[in-house]
Amino acid sequence: MKRLYSILVENRSGVLAKVSGLFARRCFNIDSLAVGETDDPSTSCITIVSSGDKSTLEQIEKQLNKKIDVVKIKTFSEEESISLELMLVKIKYTRSNRREIMEICEIMDAKIVDMSRNLMMIQICDTPERTAALLTMLKGTAIMEVARTGTLALQKCSLSE
Amino acid sequence: MIGADAIVKCLEKEGVTTLFGYPGVAICPFFNSILETKIETILVRSEQNAAHAASGYARVSGKVGVCVATSGPGATNLITGIATAYADSIPLICITGQVDSKLLGSDVFQEADVTGACESFVKYSYLIKDVSDIPRVMKEAFHIASTGRKGPVLIDIPIDIQNRQITGFKYPDSVHMRTYKPTVKGHAMQIGKIGKALEKSRKPVILAGGGVILSGARKNLHDFSHKYGIPVVSTMMGIGVLPGDDPLYYGMIGNNGRSYANLAMKESDLLIVIGARIADRAISSPDLVAKNTVLIHIDVDPAEIGKNVGPTIPIVGDIKSIFEDLAGISAKCDFSEWIKTLDGYRRKEPSRKKPRRKYVDPAGFISILSDKMDDNAVYVADVGQNQMWSCSYYKAKKGRFLTSGGMGTMGYSVPAAIGAKKADKRLQVVAVCGDGSFQMSMNELATMMQHKIPVKIIVFNNGYLGLVREYQHNTYNANYSMVSLSGGPDLACIAEAYGIPFIRITDNTGMEDKIDEFLKEKGAGLMECMLDPLDTVK
Repeated sequence: MKRLYSILVENRSGVLAKVSGLFARRCFNIDSLAVGETDDPSTSCITIVSSGDKSTLEQIEKQLNKKIDVVKIKTFSEEESISLELMLVKIKYTRSNRREIMEICEIMDAKIVDMSRNLMMIQICDTPERTAALLTMLKGTAIMEVARTGTLALQKCSLSE
Repeated sequence: MIGADAIVKCLEKEGVTTLFGYPGVAICPFFNSILETKIETILVRSEQNAAHAASGYARVSGKVGVCVATSGPGATNLITGIATAYADSIPLICITGQVDSKLLGSDVFQEADVTGACESFVKYSYLIKDVSDIPRVMKEAFHIASTGRKGPVLIDIPIDIQNRQITGFKYPDSVHMRTYKPTVKGHAMQIGKIGKALEKSRKPVILAGGGVILSGARKNLHDFSHKYGIPVVSTMMGIGVLPGDDPLYYGMIGNNGRSYANLAMKESDLLIVIGARIADRAISSPDLVAKNTVLIHIDVDPAEIGKNVGPTIPIVGDIKSIFEDLAGISAKCDFSEWIKTLDGYRRKEPSRKKPRRKYVDPAGFISILSDKMDDNAVYVADVGQNQMWSCSYYKAKKGRFLTSGGMGTMGYSVPAAIGAKKADKRLQVVAVCGDGSFQMSMNELATMMQHKIPVKIIVFNNGYLGLVREYQHNTYNANYSMVSLSGGPDLACIAEAYGIPFIRITDNTGMEDKIDEFLKEKGAGLMECMLDPLDTVK
């Protein structure tokens, strides 16, 4: 079972290590992790996607709550959230496959954001599934580098009212 | 005023009168400042034992124990002691010196990332980089260590911060932490359910753990169990929650516990777990507990509830506070039939195995010893066969039973006994260890003598790491590996070297007189009991 954790933490040095260290020590999975400051500079938001059985997912929340640097935790399923991921892919192209790549980008709603004579950089900001799908589609080309943010998620508005 | 003065001032404000430590250059400003105060400093012989001594001190005094070490190896030596305290939820403040803050991260001489290394077994840790943070950090640290589920808090202070001037020092009156608010009061509706559960039950059992002792609720437990006549069993950390001769106390559970205590749990239809983790050594398969039993789990740490067993009625809060609220409920119940059944089980328990002739019988020895000890004495058990025997044959009265339950740290007993004695010098304190565990901390005999802390130490000598030997006997067909302790010192010579009175007993004849003589002696004492090298726990 997949579960998303939106963890509001004190914006201090070492806090990310404490949170990720907790997952490592207790053998909790981290499928994806993203972190950034919130509107309040004294707090950061760590978004973790984890998976496990029901009792594990419950322990994750309880153990996170014990961490003194954790201000607040929201946890929700994928269906209850809007989840997005940003990915950049640098590929080598040739005259013969340039057209095909552009078509893939068009279908997947991805953008070509940088280009040189034989390299191009593609950007996608979409659900984790569609991001992964684009990568699969590009597997036929010469992928040079990939960078992904990890899933960012917030609970759907209708559920947070 | 410099940072080091400020730390000392904070300790005074928190009512600290004693601390255990070991110096080094990086903590020298602190140890210089402390000379200006009345705080007594006990110099141990290895940093690990400073943490153990602070643990013994905390458990007997009910206050926060304080230990102090230097950077690098001093700090890393402290780690086992910190982890031991964490596993048993003992409130400690551990202060370590650190290299100059400008050099942090550059691997200079005696630099170790101790806050990083300790992360998974401290309740919280601080690395102070600004001298003006000292008062707030110290206030928070004491608050965190001593509230909620208690535990060790580490404060790492670079030497330049200790030496820096601090202006306008003021110790805060209160703590402002938006993220830390432990629950004290239990949920009234949940507590109300206990009454109904009791009325429905025919065979209730209370399983009491170390949390009952930590929250100072021994009397509350006694009153509650006697009000309704509910039988009580305990975990290892809960030994002493009720006196051993209390008719409602049915002993320790677990592999090494009483068979009738385990039977009581197994047959119960209502199990009230109070301040216990339901860990693997107590209950080999936690799932079995909940099958046919209504389970009430009371603990201050919400993460412990449901971690190993899913409870029917979870109650989070301070145990003492919950007992006080429980006193307000009433339930009509009569468990005399159940008690009769359990008493029958207790009578049927086979008497302990036949003592080995030609050697001291550890079971008999511990029964006699705990009979003869003062009512309020402190008994500190180490780890190994000695711990198993102590758990089985120690008869609790009004005193305390201390041991490293969660971590099982060998060498705990001697330093913890030193700390316990320091907490209240009127108390008789006896450490019982094996020849293996004694050799892990016998350097602390010097601490005892230097600071005149008269602890009684009993060493069960069987020339083996007995519990591991027993395990290898059963699991590896007696192929012994790394368990023989031949080459151990003559303890008579050790005692003489430190100027400690020494008694050796080799068999059971005249054992009572020897124990009398040992306990009567005013100062410190070392007693060696010669055991059958092949003696077993059961």
